[in-house]
Amino acid sequence: MTSSKQALAHPAPSAETAPGDQPGAVRGAQGRGKPPTGPGSWRSRLYRWDMKASPYAFITPFFLVFGAFGLVPLLYTGWYSLHSVQLSSLDNQTWVGLENYKNLWSSDFFWNALKNTFTIGLISTVPQLLLALGIAHLLNYKLRGSTLWRVVMLTPYATSVAAATLVFTLLYSWDGGMINWLLHFVGVDPINWRESDWGGQFAVSSIVIWRWTGYNALIYLAAMQAIPSDLYESAALDGANRWQQFRHVTIPMLRPTILFTVVVSTIGATQLFGEPLLFGGSKGGSEHQYQTLGLYMYDQGWIIGNLGKASAIAWSMFLILLIVAAVNMLINRRLRKSQ
Amino acid sequence: MRTSTRRSRRLMTLTVVATLTTGLLAGCADDSGDGSSNSGGGNGGGSGGGGKTALTIGTFGVFGYKQAGLYDEYMKLHPDVSIKENVTTKTDVYWPKTITRLQAGSGVDDIQAIEIGNVAEAVQTQADKFVDLGKEVDKSQWLDWKNAQATTKDGKQIGLGTDIGPMAICYRKDLFKKAGLETDRTKLAAQWAGDWSKFVGVGKDYMKKAPSGTKFVDSASSVYNAALGGGSERYYDKDGNVIWDKSKGVKDAWDAAMQVATSNMSAKLKQFDKPWDQGFSNATFATVACPAWMIGYIQEKSGESGKGNWDVAAAPTAANWGGAFLGVPTAGKHQKEAIALAKWLTAPEQQAKVFAKQASFPSAPSAYATLKPQAATVEYFSNAPITEIYAASAKTIPVQYFGVKDQPIGTAITDVGIIQVEQKGKSPEQGWDAAKNEIKDVLGQ
Repeated sequence: MTSSKQALAHPAPSAETAPGDQPGAVRGAQGRGKPPTGPGSWRSRLYRWDMKASPYAFITPFFLVFGAFGLVPLLYTGWYSLHSVQLSSLDNQTWVGLENYKNLWSSDFFWNALKNTFTIGLISTVPQLLLALGIAHLLNYKLRGSTLWRVVMLTPYATSVAAATLVFTLLYSWDGGMINWLLHFVGVDPINWRESDWGGQFAVSSIVIWRWTGYNALIYLAAMQAIPSDLYESAALDGANRWQQFRHVTIPMLRPTILFTVVVSTIGATQLFGEPLLFGGSKGGSEHQYQTLGLYMYDQGWIIGNLGKASAIAWSMFLILLIVAAVNMLINRRLRKSQ
Repeated sequence: MRTSTRRSRRLMTLTVVATLTTGLLAGCADDSGDGSSNSGGGNGGGSGGGGKTALTIGTFGVFGYKQAGLYDEYMKLHPDVSIKENVTTKTDVYWPKTITRLQAGSGVDDIQAIEIGNVAEAVQTQADKFVDLGKEVDKSQWLDWKNAQATTKDGKQIGLGTDIGPMAICYRKDLFKKAGLETDRTKLAAQWAGDWSKFVGVGKDYMKKAPSGTKFVDSASSVYNAALGGGSERYYDKDGNVIWDKSKGVKDAWDAAMQVATSNMSAKLKQFDKPWDQGFSNATFATVACPAWMIGYIQEKSGESGKGNWDVAAAPTAANWGGAFLGVPTAGKHQKEAIALAKWLTAPEQQAKVFAKQASFPSAPSAYATLKPQAATVEYFSNAPITEIYAASAKTIPVQYFGVKDQPIGTAITDVGIIQVEQKGKSPEQGWDAAKNEIKDVLGQ
């Protein structure tokens, strides 16, 4: 705290004085190697110290909070994962080493959850980003009431997961749900969305897509507006039509943004939890059709009360995310080189 | 001009930030106040903690205390006490939260409700976190088995019984009539008395002439739970050993549920889900297994359109489904006052009042004599004599032993085993195997 106060108090006077009042002292101290004396040099030393230390002071609060609420729980979870612990008796821990991880390795439910996380991630992220790209492109035209459209795009994102999922649960309801009702006009038999294998995954993905498309579209839109318009002008002079402009100007210019959204969406998909939980309970359907890793962890830890195993799942998820991040980085590097 | 807009914009930003910050802070204050010293809201007009004891009570679902006006009544009797109820709707959210708070020794409410499916876990693992209430009351007021369920091996009673869940069948008279079935409650009860497969038989008759878009029963799981509550064995024996795959009670209930699941008479809904609620309001099923506490639920979900169309008949077998206890955690700040309130809320007179309003059935037999023959909900259910029906069931409920993982085992059977057969068209054997796998996972085998 004290250091940050100093940091706050001092930059202004030193910034004023250093270049203005005593330029010689400052330059002299650096240039001629003369040992600094007097109040000016004391000030300049303080200034230098200030320049070095205050950034640390400014970022410290985040790292303190992160340490308390991020790092410590993370490590503690790791410690739990090596024990047999029940939710109902946290004090009663027995060391089991890697037993929990071995259990996971041989558990069908775990592999199933991993597979589901991957497939749901895929069928929610890919259409979501493509849609977002298309919508952003449309919003990038000159439109009447463009602010309104942009705000509307953000509305699903602002809706709570719980509210959105409840509505979707009703829409997908097996009996009397609107989607089955619409399908019936096309002559399709009612689908039991919650219990069918792909239907359940599709339904969960659709909730994710609905919530996040607008958010990503706005990110793309922001990036699109940063593309200099003379690029389009010269492309137009070269005879490129809209679609060619989109492919050869917009997409390449958006590449870093696209990569960013891919990374963020992948992390989001790996941690997918609320939608499937509210859609079909902690088992994710009677055959665990859409039980994601997050849901499996919740089921083990909070419904069944097996905290040791749940911690092992948490750490496995963490490791998987690290691998995903590494793969992303490699692709990123490869792409940059190919450019 | 320019500076003024910039200034006003900055002012605007500041206002927004300030509003957001106060909003956040207010949110925090609300949260932390939950467990500690929030005085009881509107009542007492915020006398600023001038000697008032603020008691909190943590419950799940609908306990009916507020609805029956019991909190207000108690506060009138004890002007120095204010009461605040913290409700969590779903038990599977409520219980893990409570258990972690109990172990942390902080954040608990002065009184915590315990569901019957969790009481064995509480007795076996959390007994030292609760006050021994057995010493505080005359135990003979309650049903013996109700007391026993909340008592440890060395005789410490951690909870006082609230309601129990004696079983009946609630049915839609109007749909029965359209299907050409008997609508009189006593004659109907006689048709299926003694055996759940007779109930399934009535269901088959119903399906022959079923009004379009309706099914006989809401779900196979509901039949399973109702039948299970009538057996003498559940998932554990009285010594706490897991016997779920050998238990006769489980087998009988499973068989009844399978008859329902494989014969197209179920609306295939999942209980306590939104579409299930919708089923009530759209009248898409004709019967539902109806423990006493379900009466209030049906009334709420079926709404005005269901009034007079519902009726109550005795269940095939006497059974119990659900019920709860009130415990006083030792970590609570006002133990003495909390004990007094828990005693008062669970006393026979108060149980009778909750029954009159909400039809939750008393666990104190001495209340039976004082039960009003006409509960508030009775008119809604075609003036069925629910007091009589439930009291008759309550008298012959078998004593059941619950185990530590009773709830997750039950969920595995209903949400995995039964649903696979009912909704995915698997064979009963496949469903049973799936449930078995699931329970292995639950028990960590």
